[in-house]
Amino acid sequence: MARTLFDKIWDSHLVDVQDDGTSLLYIDRHLVHEVTSPQAFEGLKAAGRGVRRPEATLAVCDHNVPTTDRSGGIDDAESRIQIETLERNCAEFGIPYFSMSDVRQGIVHIIGPEQGMTQPGMTIVCGDSHTSTHGAFGALAFGIGTSEVEHVLTTQTLVQRPAKNMRIAVEGDPSFGITAKDMILAMIGKIGVAGGTGYVIEYAGKAIRDLSMAGRMTVCNMSIEAGARAGLIAPDETTFAYIEGRPMAPKGGQWEQAVAYWRTLPSDEGAAYDEEVTLDAADIAPQVTWGTNPGQVLPITGVVPDPAQEANGGRRRAMERALEYMGLEPGTPLTDIKIDQVFIGSCTNARIEDLRAVARVVEGRKLADGVGAMVVPGSGLVKEQAEAEGLDRIFIAAGFEWREAGCSMCLAMNADRLKPGERCASTSNRNFEGRQGKGGRTHLMSPVMAAAAALAGHIADVRELV
Amino acid sequence: MEKFTKLTGVAAPLEMINVDTDQIIPKQFLKTIKRTGLGRSLFFDLRYNDDGTEKPEFVLNRPAWRQAKILVTGENFGCGSSREHAPWALLDFGIRCVIAPSFADIFYNNCFKNGILPIALPQGQVDALMAVARRGADGTLTVDLEKQEVRGPDGATLSFELDPFRKHCFLEGLDDISLTFEKAEAIDRFEAEQRRAQPWLWARAVPCRPERSS
Ligand code: SF4
Repeated sequence: MARTLFDKIWDSHLVDVQDDGTSLLYIDRHLVHEVTSPQAFEGLKAAGRGVRRPEATLAVCDHNVPTTDRSGGIDDAESRIQIETLERNCAEFGIPYFSMSDVRQGIVHIIGPEQGMTQPGMTIVCGDSHTSTHGAFGALAFGIGTSEVEHVLTTQTLVQRPAKNMRIAVEGDPSFGITAKDMILAMIGKIGVAGGTGYVIEYAGKAIRDLSMAGRMTVCNMSIEAGARAGLIAPDETTFAYIEGRPMAPKGGQWEQAVAYWRTLPSDEGAAYDEEVTLDAADIAPQVTWGTNPGQVLPITGVVPDPAQEANGGRRRAMERALEYMGLEPGTPLTDIKIDQVFIGSCTNARIEDLRAVARVVEGRKLADGVGAMVVPGSGLVKEQAEAEGLDRIFIAAGFEWREAGCSMCLAMNADRLKPGERCASTSNRNFEGRQGKGGRTHLMSPVMAAAAALAGHIADVRELV
Repeated sequence: MEKFTKLTGVAAPLEMINVDTDQIIPKQFLKTIKRTGLGRSLFFDLRYNDDGTEKPEFVLNRPAWRQAKILVTGENFGCGSSREHAPWALLDFGIRCVIAPSFADIFYNNCFKNGILPIALPQGQVDALMAVARRGADGTLTVDLEKQEVRGPDGATLSFELDPFRKHCFLEGLDDISLTFEKAEAIDRFEAEQRRAQPWLWARAVPCRPERSS
């Protein structure tokens, strides 16, 4: 029977299936960070259990780390304790760990691919919902809770139920100025924030195939924002070229063997999907969110919507609440919305390609008066690369702060956060109430759109700028 | 895990859709290395003013629902971050059951690991339960897991669906990890076969790059 990419990975990782479909799934790689792991290690210790495959696990601190000078350690006592706890747990159980002073340290979903740990056909988990990012390589990758982290640490398996298959095709060629971020925001706008619940989404179509690995990661990263636990893109030459030669990639004869296997993974001709959606890339304009979930998104040419037009009561109340929180009036053109801060970073958009795109827009220009902005590279290696290319000097000359790697203002667990009422053009993935700081107002957009907003002082159409 | 058989209690109406886990428990409370003590921070921004005083209009601050054991809410509850701190906070507050038209996947799974029963019912039935919940102290609901029923104060009975395996684990208070350990041989067999067929997944490949010199 013709199978999808998801079906193939699923079938090849089944350890056991019960009568009701409950399955025991083997997990190939496990990424760990400081926030969602301490209680899992505590559980292992309390039960006297060990870690089954420490070498299939990789840990890093990212959520809580300061992005300013770290040579003096961490001021915040709770953050420091959480990171020290991770260090101690990794040492005790023999898990490879990238410390804050390691150049390889960075956001967990950036470092996995960067090290070549993320490979096609694998099952990959992490106690973090944006694990979906790794699906860009044709790996089944999804976020889990802390109890499941404990389960994987000690058994290298997870109890799961099969997901349904959804295929979203973006056909044709995107027009000038349109990025992977605009595509995924448009897809979420189309299917809604719960549209993918219960599904694994396979992204397909020419516009997806034409994306670089960085763009594919941006797309898969936000699968969870459509409710899907995982996103997938069929592995191809672009994928193999990215992986080859990375520290954890297969070497020698095993490389050939791996690639031969990876070529068998794409969905078979005629494979059935439970749901299929198609978008025309040419119809996608730069996307900006106006509300407090990623589905509340519009093309830059749009105006803030009017809740009175919404027939569904629950949705209308949610819109009213979002507009009140965001401090916006129906009918306001998106390009009239003034911003205070700009955040370039996060596992969605902090790879070298993202930083290069921002640099091209801001080179030789200045931040608008009164706007604060920072660039937070996704990893120490991204930072090193950017500095080798001189991007840091472009950012600093334009008035941006140039920071150390970490999650930073994506979730504002460290000192990087919005003040109440501040409005931010952000390249991250969530615009939930309070996400970037209590009372902070987030507008999600692509890196080049955030760059345009930084220069204009209001949300702006990057296509008119370059 | 504590067994779950039958639960009777006041249900609190949380009339919002797409409640994300950032709302259920904001990031500043994720710095803990414990599972306990999060109840007082549950729905923090909805529940408290900036000066730390309670917002009197928020449902869990109103006398009728301060002891609620059940939450009735809107579609896509628990979306966003995978933080298990969300069910930990609900549990610590005393919520053992959440009823909604739909749940986000990771949150739904996390509930089962912590003895909270998430029940998905059609919108119309949730609306009816919401009306009951609004009645406060005389809007008590009974959740009967054995029979897979929710019973209202006026005798109305709604049945809900649940995977047999999850139901079994809940009724018996079973721990997933112990159950998986019983399958150790199957895991060994799987690994031996994968090591043979896909040896690159087993090659020792510890990432190598020196610590930063500066
Ligand atoms: S950058 Fe943001 S979304 Fe990504 S892992 Fe960090 S906190 Fe989560």
